[in-house]
Amino acid sequence: MTNLEVELKRLKENITEMMHLVESQLTKSQQAFAEQDVGLAKEIHQIEGRVDAHDLSIDKACENIIALYNPVASDLRFVLASFKIVAHLERIGDHADKIARYVRKKQIKNNYDKELLDSVRFDEMFEIAIKMVNMAIEAFVEEDSALARKVFSQDVIMNEIYQASCYQIDAYTSDVIPHLDRILYLFSIINKLERVGDLCKNISEETIFYLDAKTLRHRKINKLEE
Amino acid sequence: MEPSKEKSADNANLEKQKESSISFDFTDSKKEIKLESKNTNVFYGDNHVIKNVNLKIREKTVTAFIGPSGCGKSTFLRLFNRMNDYIESFHMKGEILIDKKDIYDGDIRVEDLRKNVGMVFQKPNPFPKSIYENVIYGLKIQGIKDKKILQAAVEESLISAALWDEVKDQLNKSALALSGGQQQRLCIARALAVKPTVLLMDEPASALDPIATSKIEELIHVLKNDYTIVIVTHNMQQAGRVSDKTAFFYIGELIEYENTKDVFINPKHELTERYITGRFG
Repeated sequence: MTNLEVELKRLKENITEMMHLVESQLTKSQQAFAEQDVGLAKEIHQIEGRVDAHDLSIDKACENIIALYNPVASDLRFVLASFKIVAHLERIGDHADKIARYVRKKQIKNNYDKELLDSVRFDEMFEIAIKMVNMAIEAFVEEDSALARKVFSQDVIMNEIYQASCYQIDAYTSDVIPHLDRILYLFSIINKLERVGDLCKNISEETIFYLDAKTLRHRKINKLEE
Repeated sequence: MEPSKEKSADNANLEKQKESSISFDFTDSKKEIKLESKNTNVFYGDNHVIKNVNLKIREKTVTAFIGPSGCGKSTFLRLFNRMNDYIESFHMKGEILIDKKDIYDGDIRVEDLRKNVGMVFQKPNPFPKSIYENVIYGLKIQGIKDKKILQAAVEESLISAALWDEVKDQLNKSALALSGGQQQRLCIARALAVKPTVLLMDEPASALDPIATSKIEELIHVLKNDYTIVIVTHNMQQAGRVSDKTAFFYIGELIEYENTKDVFINPKHELTERYITGRFG
């Protein structure tokens, strides 16, 4: 095995480990929500720290491989894909942690009307999300592009559920709150703007990495401006 | 990380075609075909070293020949200025065309061919003469004696070879006193002085340090505007940096010939993939 092959093998092992951590975060967030398990929700947050550490170390490994080994062809594609996959994984872990945070801070309780949850296909959506994460992991680990393509059809179902959920919630609350759909859309816009802020922060972090060779990801806000 | 080729082959071909249609064709298809090899076979005695190679190179492009030692890339390069003719056991079948004319036809004069096809070698090989004498060497052989013409040719060639600013005040200095990188650019100037349209380069930077290598690569980039350049290199990154197209040779066969970007990001042939990723043998 060449040195590059050893590095790539190690990179794949680290990404696989990160994938399983993220999958466990999402699965546990489903359980924490269903059972209002604050302890489990805290555990998810602890896993988040490990996911972030993997994110940073895998990024560093990709940098080293590109700088030291000049990979080409499938090696280059693997390293470039790894860069992006890790960023997406980190976001999934983040989302799972945010779901768990509602439980940790007792901001939501699982006393939603079953009729509402069923009408928005909540459990189904959670199951599909976990299934998609597992499919994506298996496709990566087993190098199975046919399986990777099957993830796309699951995403179509997720989009359908998401789009229909707004109407279902509106219908459910129409007696008490008229036009809730408009309020939900407003919240959706607020949410998207908040995401724009997050993404701009990410861009700025990468600019600082490029200019000052400093990695600021996963640092507390008050330390970012130093 | 080498994905299973079999698994990839299982994917729907149509989808694959759609995806791979996003390619970067740096070779302007409006450019004329400058060099062409038709069913070319080369033998050294009984040793079949080039096996039925068909390839077209467009004018004013840079083409890199890559492949393991002994794959025939240098032999193939030297077909284009008939350098192999000196090897006693050499014989070939097929055609090598430049501007659609077969250069192995009986009526082609090798001297005329070499005026049109310049060559730069791995090791800089300036003559033990002055810088000035080196550049005008080919012109003098052609019988040109007019000093004004020679002076203009020296200046023009050294400018084209990006060496003028460094040597303009010392043209009578011995070429052997120049650094390795300067000597190589002098050899390029010498090749350019006779106004070729094709430049063959056989590992032109392999004996140079990174700074001199970088200058040669920048020069190739500029020269491409006026010349058709073919370069043999063992340096994969160099092939990636300087060439528009890359041809991969293996045991005398042309295995793959594609846009350089495609070869280095998504080679079609598994042999190419194994070679450029260092997993050969």
